Amino acid sequence: MKISLLDYGAGNLPSVERALQRLGIQTERVSTSDGVAKASALILPGVGHYGALIRALDRDGLRQSLIAAIQRSVPFLGICLGLQALFQNSEEAPDLQGLEILPGSVRVLSGAVKLPHMGWDQLQAKAGSRLLKGIDPGAYFYFAHSYAVPYRGKEPALQTRATCLYGGEFVAVTEKETIFAVQFHPEKSGDVGQRVLENFLRIAA
Amino acid sequence: MSLAHRIIPCLDTDGERVVKGVNFVALRDAGDPVALARRYNAEGADELVVLDIAASRDRRPTFLETIRNVAAELAIPLTAGGGIRTLEDARAVVRAGADKVTVNTAAVLRSGLISELSEEFGSQAVVLAIDAKLDSDFWRVMTTGGRVSTELDAISWAAKGAELGAGEILLTSVDRDGTQSGFDVALTAAISKTVMVPVIASGGARWPQHFAEIFCEGAADAALAASIFHDGIQSIRALKEFLASQKIQVRLPC
Repeated sequence: MKISLLDYGAGNLPSVERALQRLGIQTERVSTSDGVAKASALILPGVGHYGALIRALDRDGLRQSLIAAIQRSVPFLGICLGLQALFQNSEEAPDLQGLEILPGSVRVLSGAVKLPHMGWDQLQAKAGSRLLKGIDPGAYFYFAHSYAVPYRGKEPALQTRATCLYGGEFVAVTEKETIFAVQFHPEKSGDVGQRVLENFLRIAA
Repeated sequence: MSLAHRIIPCLDTDGERVVKGVNFVALRDAGDPVALARRYNAEGADELVVLDIAASRDRRPTFLETIRNVAAELAIPLTAGGGIRTLEDARAVVRAGADKVTVNTAAVLRSGLISELSEEFGSQAVVLAIDAKLDSDFWRVMTTGGRVSTELDAISWAAKGAELGAGEILLTSVDRDGTQSGFDVALTAAISKTVMVPVIASGGARWPQHFAEIFCEGAADAALAASIFHDGIQSIRALKEFLASQKIQVRLPC
């Protein structure tokens, strides 16, 4: 199996690549709509500014091919901004339109907390998760973000499998059919992060 | 349930080998950065910092190679810095595999650098390193490895740095660094309670109790140390077990 990593200049792409290579997985970087169309499994990495990701997808003409691949049920994993991009829009760049695959908006974390939400945090399980299979419920994952999708509960279309509590409750893991996304960084989350990637690879295989 | 307090080993390098100063002078060799990185990754370190304390221009390619080799060992975040003066310097460090970049002297000389980095990489990737030294009634910002005094007050500089886009403050007490007499609780608390970004305390760690103090009384979000980990005086695993026994939230290694 080969995993295609969407390459639009994201800072964490090499880390994701290294993490997959440690698992013995062949990876390729794709940066054209043709490359996306041929992918058999896709990972959208991302860290930094939401606007930078969305603008890069549009600049490189990747928006339509990415949406088409996801709709064709090509297994997809979004990481951090890669999760946020699936939703409709973001407070971080209000003029831009997200991929609109999932309903909901990205908002700044609020309340009396320090931002960014930086470091290792635990999850609240909401429903059976395929990505989190075999992982201790008390496990810690590495987060580095100031924006997230607020968890509103009782919205089945969101398919929230786990949330995290920091500046409100937000979506940490979402899964819908072959669409998977995490707000934390599995490539930086040690052994448990590796387990998340392995679970995705097993599903994608 | 909440965010875990982080334990961060720091590799002070001359670009290639790990060295550690006592009060920022008297450097001695402490080992191979790649071997240490591998060990800390396995022991449950929450992040790793690699600094080029020599930061000489001609050795920069060597330091970038060190970052690449260290990053290859890690499944945890990596921060790198030392001698970052321009956006281009920072890009090179990020391309080599660092998740975050620290700036210190260059940001004091030109604070706009902080905004440039934050716009390019996001504030979560920008760590403002502040070396502070007590001077009668305030903490003075020092630069150039703690050797040069500035007119800046550390508390207001930290606040300004956060405003300009720094996502974290790496706060080193020049008075405590290398002394193993404990973190500077008063300095750290003053800054941690002023700025709304996470603060990493550094300088003076020796005993597990020092870490408990800096988290509870110093309100630090993370604590950084070097020689006590390198020399095997303190294992990260045992330190975290101690902190957990004190009801301080930490990520225990599996």
